[in-house]
Amino acid sequence: MQDFAEPFRLALALVTAGDADLFEIIALSLRVSLLAMAIACVLGLPLGALLAVTRFPGRSVVLVLVNALMGLPPVVVGLIVYLYLSRSGPFGWLGLLYTPTAMIIAQVILITPIIAALSRQVLEDLHTEYAEQFRSLSVPRRTVISALVWDGRYSLLTVALAGFGRAVAEVGAVIIVGGNIDHLTRVMTTAIALETSKGDLALALALGFVLLVIALTVNGLVMALRLTAGRHVHA
Amino acid sequence: MSMHEPARQMNLSHSRESADTPRLPSLLPIRANGVVLEIDGNRLVDAIDLELSADKLTVLMGPNGAGKSLLLRLMHGLVAPSAGKITFDGLAMSDEVRRRQAMVFQRPVLLRRSVAANVDFALKIRRHASPAERDKLLDLVGLLDRAKQPARALSGGEQQRLALARALATEPDVLFLDEPTASLDPHSIELIEQIVLLAHRQGTKVIFVTHDVGQGRRLADEVVFLHLGRLVEQTPAKRFFSDPASREGKAYLEGKLVL
Repeated sequence: MQDFAEPFRLALALVTAGDADLFEIIALSLRVSLLAMAIACVLGLPLGALLAVTRFPGRSVVLVLVNALMGLPPVVVGLIVYLYLSRSGPFGWLGLLYTPTAMIIAQVILITPIIAALSRQVLEDLHTEYAEQFRSLSVPRRTVISALVWDGRYSLLTVALAGFGRAVAEVGAVIIVGGNIDHLTRVMTTAIALETSKGDLALALALGFVLLVIALTVNGLVMALRLTAGRHVHA
Repeated sequence: MSMHEPARQMNLSHSRESADTPRLPSLLPIRANGVVLEIDGNRLVDAIDLELSADKLTVLMGPNGAGKSLLLRLMHGLVAPSAGKITFDGLAMSDEVRRRQAMVFQRPVLLRRSVAANVDFALKIRRHASPAERDKLLDLVGLLDRAKQPARALSGGEQQRLALARALATEPDVLFLDEPTASLDPHSIELIEQIVLLAHRQGTKVIFVTHDVGQGRRLADEVVFLHLGRLVEQTPAKRFFSDPASREGKAYLEGKLVL
C-alpha cells in the first residue's frame, strides 16, 4: 500500500456515506463494550472498594491475584467461555454461543479485574486520606465504602474508561465466542481482523480509524464531564 | 465583642432527644492510668496518670514532641496504648464511647463535597440530619452563606471552622481539638475560640492542644503540661501562667528552650 492517505479518505467516505453495515457494526461494538463495562463496574467497584478498606489474612495474595488478572489473555478467556457455552459445555443449553451476550460475558471476565484493581488503588489512596477522620466519626463500614466511591467518582470514571478501552479494542475473545457473524456478532475489531485476512488493508485501516475516533469521542466526553463537574467539587 | 462572648448566642445541642440509641452515663471523668505508647522501641508517651473532670476546659501544652497530639489520639481511641488504660467514667474505649466524642485535627480532612454536604455527612451518621440543623451549625461558624461552595475551596480558617461545625454536629460529650488554630489568621482564631468557649459553657468537655501561650491563657481553666512524653504538671490555669510548678513549665512560659 503506497498511499497512506487512502485509509483516511476511505474512513471518511464510509462515515459520510452513512454505510448501514458500518453503523450496524459500530452500534454493536458500542452496545457490547458499554454493557460489558457497566456490568464490570457493578461487579468490580464494590470488590475494589472492599479490598481498599478491609484488612484480612491473605489480602496481599488476593491483591496480587486481582492485579495479575488484569493481564488475562483474551484468547484464553474466549476459549474458556467457549468451552462453557458450547453445546457440550455446562451452559450449552442456554444457546448463548455466537451471540452478543456471549461476547459481553467474555468482555466482563476480561475487564472486571481491571476495574477492581484500579478502583482498589484509587479508593485506597482516598481512604488513607479519610481514614482517621472516619474513625473519629465512627463511620460504619458500609457508609465508608459509599462515601469513598462517591468522593472518588471522577477518578473512578477514568477507571471505567480503562475498562471500556480494553473492551472496545478487544478481538481475541469476542471472535472466539461471537464468531464474527455478519449482521449478528460482527464488531469493529472482528471486522478489522476479517478485512486484514482478506487482504483489504485499506478498509481494515479505515475501520481502525473509525474505532479510534469512537474511543477518542467517548474519552473526550467523559473527560469533559469530569472537568466540568469536578471543578465544582474539588476546586 | 469580648473573647468570652460567643459570636452568636446559640444553643449547640440540637436533637439529642431524637437519637435512637439510649444515652450512656457521662463520659467524665476521663482517667489515664500508666498510659504508655511505644513505637519501634521509642517511648513517645511515658506512664501518664491523669484525671480530667467535666467542669474545666483543659488545655494541653508543651513543646514539640511532648506527646500532646498522641495523648489526644490515645484518649480518642485512634491509637491504642502499649500499656496502661484510659477510662471514661469507668468505661473502656469502645465504638459507643468514641461516638460520643469528636475530634478536630490540625489539618482538617474535608470530604470532596460542598460545605453543607460535609456537615450533612456527620449529621446523618447521628441520624438526625435536617437542613435546619445543618444551617444552624453553619450559621454558628459563619459559613451559612457559603453552604453550596466546594469545601476544599474554602480558606484554611474557613475549612477549620467547617471541621469544627462537623465535629459539633455529632453532639459530642467530649471535644478534642488538636492545634485547630495553628497557622490561622487572628480573625479565624477568634471565631474558633468563641465557638469552643460556647461549647464548653453548654456542657461539652473540651480538651484543647495548643502551642500558643496567649491562647492557653484565653481558654484554659486548667493546663496539662507535657514534656518528652511525660506529664510534668496539671495545674489550674491561673496558677500555671503566674507560677508554674515545674521547671519545664516555667522555662516554656519564659520562651526558653525546654530540654
